[in-house]
Amino acid sequence: MAVRVQQEDFDVGAEIAALTAGRTDIGGVATFLGLVRDIAGGDKVSAMTLEHYPGMTEKMLADIEAEARDRWPLDETLIIHRYGRLEPGDRIVLVVTASAHRKAALESCEFLIDWLKTKAPFWKLEETGQGEHWVEARESDDEAAARWRNTPHKATK
Amino acid sequence: MKILYFAFLRQRTGLGEETVDAPAGVRDVAGLVEWLKTRGPGHAEALKDVSAVRVAVNQEFAGMDTLIAANDEIAFFPPVTGG
Repeated sequence: MAVRVQQEDFDVGAEIAALTAGRTDIGGVATFLGLVRDIAGGDKVSAMTLEHYPGMTEKMLADIEAEARDRWPLDETLIIHRYGRLEPGDRIVLVVTASAHRKAALESCEFLIDWLKTKAPFWKLEETGQGEHWVEARESDDEAAARWRNTPHKATK
Repeated sequence: MKILYFAFLRQRTGLGEETVDAPAGVRDVAGLVEWLKTRGPGHAEALKDVSAVRVAVNQEFAGMDTLIAANDEIAFFPPVTGG
């Protein structure tokens, strides 16, 4: 169980290898990797800067991770979220979940990224040909997070 | 108390953080917002539409009716857009 908030890039393969090293009880690993996209509502994005709330960010990510472990039988979890200036194609966020069975790994991975998007204090400032603007929160992200509200704990045990 | 501003609120106030002594009558977040708005045009602009502002008290999401105390850390920011 780990949370990292960092400016540096990360290596997805190395992270998974480290998480599963010496573990023979893990049957499935699910990952979500978020990348910087170059299109936002028709505008070409040249770069974005991620701002966050040091202290609260780590606390919220740890809370979200604890919630996932409460709901699914997970052997390992990892959340890495970058901040600072990033360009299209750069990695932003990685969520890795490992469990004895695939269903718990896949479901909890989706849950974690959905919850993170509405609860972790990050803000994106996009640079486009029209200048800089703060990305607005989307209703679809709230809806994606809300559908997990009634998921029973340890649903797939 | 320590006040933090992020994203567009940081830009409009021109401040990442400030330490303030709110008047004794300020008991909750709503009262603090009203008082902060009197500190300058940037503050008034940043906090004019509270429906676009989220708040955390001591790094926990809070509401306009959350009670506050002298040593609290209170942060104002827009809805989050990470991930």
